[in-house]
Amino acid sequence: MNWIYDPWPWYVAGPLLALVMFALLMVGKKFGMSSPMRTTCSALGAGKAASFFSFDWKAERWNLMVVLGAAIGGFIAANFLSDNTVQINPEVANQLAEQYEIKSAGEAYLPPELFATEVLGDPWIIAILLVGGILVGFGARYAGGCTSGHAISGLSNLQLPSLIAVIGFFIGGLVMVNLLYPLIF
Amino acid sequence: MRYFTYLAIGVFFGIVMYKSEAASWFRIYEMFQFGSFHMYGIIGSALVLGIIGVQLIKRKDVKPISGKQMSLQPKEKGVYRYLLGGIIFGLGWALAGACPGPMYVLAGAGYLPILVVIVGALLGTFIYGLLRSKLPH
Repeated sequence: MNWIYDPWPWYVAGPLLALVMFALLMVGKKFGMSSPMRTTCSALGAGKAASFFSFDWKAERWNLMVVLGAAIGGFIAANFLSDNTVQINPEVANQLAEQYEIKSAGEAYLPPELFATEVLGDPWIIAILLVGGILVGFGARYAGGCTSGHAISGLSNLQLPSLIAVIGFFIGGLVMVNLLYPLIF
Repeated sequence: MRYFTYLAIGVFFGIVMYKSEAASWFRIYEMFQFGSFHMYGIIGSALVLGIIGVQLIKRKDVKPISGKQMSLQPKEKGVYRYLLGGIIFGLGWALAGACPGPMYVLAGAGYLPILVVIVGALLGTFIYGLLRSKLPH
């Protein structure tokens, strides 16, 4: 029964992801996982502070349902379909252990150094997670989409702006991992 | 019933993200180190099928089951917002090791600190809304 816990290879996951996009298109919606954050801000009353959030958020409740579903999917997969370990390239795993003392590659799904409940008592880690989130939220709205909205939906529709955004994603990611990680971790 | 459909699509998405390890911090780090084809294969194969499917939808003028038109509007033209916003997003993606979709998946999987990332992302969204008129687009 071990096959149930095995990770899915890219050639299974990629087509299934395309299926998610087409399923949303077929019900008249679109695949974009950062828009629900704008909807949430609006629902929390952010329209009083900025017109960007003054819209009928109830018309966008569908994307909150997708988000709720994603969380339920995560719960099901983590509890019943996975041994919650991730094997990565051994060279990358070694480099993580030697350079940043992140030694849990192959033993965990997320590094406990950053995502164990205990880190909630460490102000530095909290700051890293909070700033990471702020950059993602700000950047996604500024760019008008995230990995799903631009890298999958936008590029599938051959949109030049999405290509520019995806190039930006990789410039940012490479700068973070190569130049800023040594200063942060 | 419609809401159940959206929920079901979300559940499917969540399982795919978790099982493909696209929601793992390790896979994102490895991707930015060009250590494996895995993430590129996921995005690339989704894209090949996506491009073919979207072209078919356009040529055959396929209509959605509910609603009148497919949501395939072209993106507004521009460079600054996409490049600058993209770079800022990429910095956060590599720092937190998660983009928005996987954040919800990981919250459901029970990793409490991801809630800090989600609060940050909501805050970042709000800050963009406040500064929008002052930013180059």
